[in-house]
Amino acid sequence: MKERTATIASRVGLHARPAAIFVEAAAELPVDVTISMQGEPAEDALDASSILSLMGLGAAHGDVVVLRAEGDGADEALETLVQILETDHDA
Amino acid sequence: MKTFNGVGVTPGRVIGPVRLMPPAVPAPAAGERLDPGTTADAAAAALRTAAKTVQAELKHRAESANTDAKAVLEATALMAADPMLLKAAVKLINGGTSAERAIWDAAEGVATMLLNLGGYMAERTHDVFDVRARIVAALRGVPAPGIPDAPEPFILLAEDLAPADTATLDPAKVLALVTAGGGPQSHTAIIARALGLPAVVAAAGVTELTDGTMLYVDGAAGLVTADPDAALKDKAGRWASDTTGPATFDGCGQLADGSAVPLLANVGGTKDAVAAAAAGAEGVGLLRTEFCFLGRDAEPSHAEQAAAYRGVFDAFAGKKVVIRTLDAGADKPLPFLTDSTEPNPALGVRGYRTNLTSPGVLERQLQAIAAAANDSSADVQVMAPMISTPAEATEFASLCRANGLNTPGVMVEIPAAALTAASLLADVDFASIGTNDLTQYTMAADRQLGPLAALNDPWQPAVLILVKATVDGGAGKPVGVCGEAAADPALAVVLVGLGVSSLSMTARALPAVSAVLRSVTRERARTLAALALAAPSAAQARSAVREQLPLLDQLGL
Repeated sequence: MKERTATIASRVGLHARPAAIFVEAAAELPVDVTISMQGEPAEDALDASSILSLMGLGAAHGDVVVLRAEGDGADEALETLVQILETDHDA
Repeated sequence: MKTFNGVGVTPGRVIGPVRLMPPAVPAPAAGERLDPGTTADAAAAALRTAAKTVQAELKHRAESANTDAKAVLEATALMAADPMLLKAAVKLINGGTSAERAIWDAAEGVATMLLNLGGYMAERTHDVFDVRARIVAALRGVPAPGIPDAPEPFILLAEDLAPADTATLDPAKVLALVTAGGGPQSHTAIIARALGLPAVVAAAGVTELTDGTMLYVDGAAGLVTADPDAALKDKAGRWASDTTGPATFDGCGQLADGSAVPLLANVGGTKDAVAAAAAGAEGVGLLRTEFCFLGRDAEPSHAEQAAAYRGVFDAFAGKKVVIRTLDAGADKPLPFLTDSTEPNPALGVRGYRTNLTSPGVLERQLQAIAAAANDSSADVQVMAPMISTPAEATEFASLCRANGLNTPGVMVEIPAAALTAASLLADVDFASIGTNDLTQYTMAADRQLGPLAALNDPWQPAVLILVKATVDGGAGKPVGVCGEAAADPALAVVLVGLGVSSLSMTARALPAVSAVLRSVTRERARTLAALALAAPSAAQARSAVREQLPLLDQLGL
């Protein structure tokens, strides 16, 4: 299991347009990725390709989230998603 | 040619193909089970296909939408095939539930979660319900609910429209609105006036028309004609090419004799206010403050409210802005203020009355208004909605003054308030008549009910008599009108003739109302008002006055 942390850069937090961009990218990846708030148990992690899960997560600007994935291409997948989270899509 | 008679709410003569708004998708029966001939796997596959279809449809619509709608449609498209939503639904299908009911219940669960998160997330529950209805429609093979998507501009035909439909109504695509239900003060009418679309409501029988039929709509006369002949085509052509009609307002409402009748705007936030100021409005006659509160599960903070009000005040620096305190209840429920289980919400705890059950919210709002007013050069006046007795008016006035707001007023929406205007206005500085609710309460007819549209007409002589009673009781204190009635140019003349001092309306109506007011002297307006008051019915009052105002027909109003 690979794991990366990322700090939410978008000022509106992880919903609306930034969430849509993130979900679309997650859905196209070859591996399943989960997302959770830092400090929360891995078994409570949510499906990163679900916009409704992300809305329920409620990650705000500056919050740190943990992304997890397994299998071939996990590193590249996580790198792609970290990049998206650490970009301010409202700028 | 077949003609349908309705009630005209916004002038304009247009011809175009009709598109029917599909009816709302009814909920699948609770506990509906899978068909004995269908396996859970087949049902789950059908659900996935339906979800993908809806997603593709919404994505397609997002491509052609403007920036604001685009982001919403893109996010909604993602929701349609959301893995969490589908997983929850498939779990129910595996337990034997039908695909329709499974997605219905799964979406309900998601909506509840979003509602509990509050704020922005709670507002998204509407999108989840929209997606759910679309998926169920796709599973059943019926047209998707909501405003149809057509490549060519069309005349939208519906049973009635809801406030939420405005979000997807593209004024560039819709030529006119026609509804079988609704009254002149229904949401459809309000939407039509705000967008400046010709509209006819309460046109019984129109739902028998089929998609694509050519339709002529006269939004002033309230006529809808299928398969129009050359004469009607000519009329529509002249309306389209006539540029002599009033298109703009110069910011100075007056009568033919030069006496002033300030024309103000009804606004619901800063964006509206900026547009109204650009349209020449001489001030704001009704600032609805619900925009600050709706979709919230808790009261907004002092700073947030003050900033929101300040935005509107700044758009009208140096001018009058009448702000109405929170008007929750009835058709505008607020979870933290109103009780949704009341058997009779229109007669329930709404408007000023919420101060009885949730004391403090009103006073904190007044403090935020005072803070915003202090920082601005606008002439800020405050009024309370749904005042019934002089004692309430007095109580509200002292609450305003204690918080530094020195021009308190009341809305007159209840017959009791109009009848006791003399004592009601004793302790306040002005009154503003809300004709929509005043008509509903005078005629005991729900604003939203199509079959009662004829009763629910501000031309009803009983309503006009109450307007006069308010002006007379006010003994010289300003009495304005801020209901939809003020936006009807012929009725505006009558209101002025009854002694109303200012009119507040949707900014779109300013040019037409101004043009018609300028064609009459005050004396003439009084004569026309007397005609209306003496008429035995709303229809006769309207036609008697319109006959005396030939300018209306010339302008196609």
